[in-house]
Amino acid sequence: MRSFVALFRKELRSYFGSPLVYLVAAAFLAYTGYYFQTDLLYFVTFGFGVNIMENFWQLLFIDIRLVFILAIPLLTMRLLAEERRLGTLELLLTYPLRDGAIVAAKLGACLVVIALLLGGTLLYPVWVYRIQPFAVTPLIAGYVGLLLFAGTCASYGLFISALTDSQVLAGFLTALPLLLLWLLSWNEAATAGATLPLMRALSLFNHFQPFSVGLIEARDVFYFLFTAGCFVWGTLRVLETRQWRGRH
Amino acid sequence: MISVEHLTKYYGATRAVDDVSFEIARGERAALLGPNGSGKSTLLRMVTGYFSPTGGRVVIGGVDMGAAPLAARRRVGYLPEQVSLYPELTVRRTLAFVAEVRGVRRGTRRGAVDEVIVGCGLAEVADRRVGTLSKGLRGLLRGLTGRTVLLSTHILAEASALCSRIVILDRGRLLAEDTPEGLGRRLEALGRLVVRVEGPAGEVTSALAALPGVLRVEAMPPDALPGARFVLLGPALGPVQRQIGPAVVGRGWTLLEVRAETPTLEDLFVRLVRPSGHDGGR
Repeated sequence: MRSFVALFRKELRSYFGSPLVYLVAAAFLAYTGYYFQTDLLYFVTFGFGVNIMENFWQLLFIDIRLVFILAIPLLTMRLLAEERRLGTLELLLTYPLRDGAIVAAKLGACLVVIALLLGGTLLYPVWVYRIQPFAVTPLIAGYVGLLLFAGTCASYGLFISALTDSQVLAGFLTALPLLLLWLLSWNEAATAGATLPLMRALSLFNHFQPFSVGLIEARDVFYFLFTAGCFVWGTLRVLETRQWRGRH
Repeated sequence: MISVEHLTKYYGATRAVDDVSFEIARGERAALLGPNGSGKSTLLRMVTGYFSPTGGRVVIGGVDMGAAPLAARRRVGYLPEQVSLYPELTVRRTLAFVAEVRGVRRGTRRGAVDEVIVGCGLAEVADRRVGTLSKGLRGLLRGLTGRTVLLSTHILAEASALCSRIVILDRGRLLAEDTPEGLGRRLEALGRLVVRVEGPAGEVTSALAALPGVLRVEAMPPDALPGARFVLLGPALGPVQRQIGPAVVGRGWTLLEVRAETPTLEDLFVRLVRPSGHDGGR
């Protein structure tokens, strides 16, 4: 446990010791701020101020989700790829730490950064609430959904980062499928009719939908946790390949 | 104490380490010596818990690495060949991280880190990032720990100077285990002559190999000087040295040089692996 805490703290220190996380945070808040402003304008102009959850927060949550797709690859790409490149992975894997603790510390530190980014956006509802109070509880569902969504993307990014020693490649291979899924999610017409139900069942985005209107459904929670779990499992298997490949 | 018992490692069908056993007593410094590809790194990585062995076991201070990996790893410090530290951490942070991850308690950690910083003359750079330091200093930082030591090297001089016992590996197998003095005696007993001759290389090789006392003849790659170079290995080459002249000149070739050299580790391997000298090329 002490070793896990040591690595977890070191991972946080590595995040906050590099300029990248501040640039990502600045861009994240700038983009979400932009979406906040335009979505609010839209709501006031075309939503006529009716049903704030459906006509405003839902749009904002879906937009924040898009910003996460762009931000998360930048946060996960270095996690294991850099250790591989530096050669520190070999040392790390000989510390009194289980592979699982290493993966948990790295993913945990990334989730802390994600939670902080998301925490920054709490400013928006606080600000709106002071002007015009609204029902707060559905928003909690939206935030839970964003955390689950971002956590799943991060575990995917960690898995990709385990596969290569190139951060750039890891970032690229993380962003690419997420962007593709996102494109398909708003352009379902481009998907063949036969594969559409499958697409919907698998899509990270369709499972996010209920959260964005204030619903927490068990199957959606399960879907995100299960998907994230699969990528964590995959990451552990990749770390294990050293046993028969003879290198890391 | 480090105890290696019948350690074997396969990568797929490739056997990297084959039934190696040895023991290093508490406080002893031993070297793992062998040419590249002899299985040193694989063996070392099993001792550190990075690889799990295919067969056999590693016991560190009485703790079985396979049965209790975390407890065993807590007793092992590892310095890989490659410089590998987190460049974004300072020297002090690096030491504190390693101490913490290896289970040094909070109360004693700061003292332990300070002790190492002072002990290794790192006080001036303690708060600089590791990435900004020169490699030599990084190497020093990596070289801090040391109790029972297993040093992996392919340099015999290094092994002899630093260690009281030498474990020699070749192609994954344990070849010999000796003190530096014992190995030195084995090396002294081995002679190495460099002979330069102008003549047909194949015939010269067989003529030299036919001399009594010659264990092995090896043709060297050509260099800028005239003639071809051959290396002769044998247990006692003093008498042979006198016979080289007649053997070469008598066949009508030109003898350009005969020079005695200190045998290399490679030569010792030849001696250890193929003491009979009946196999020709490598």
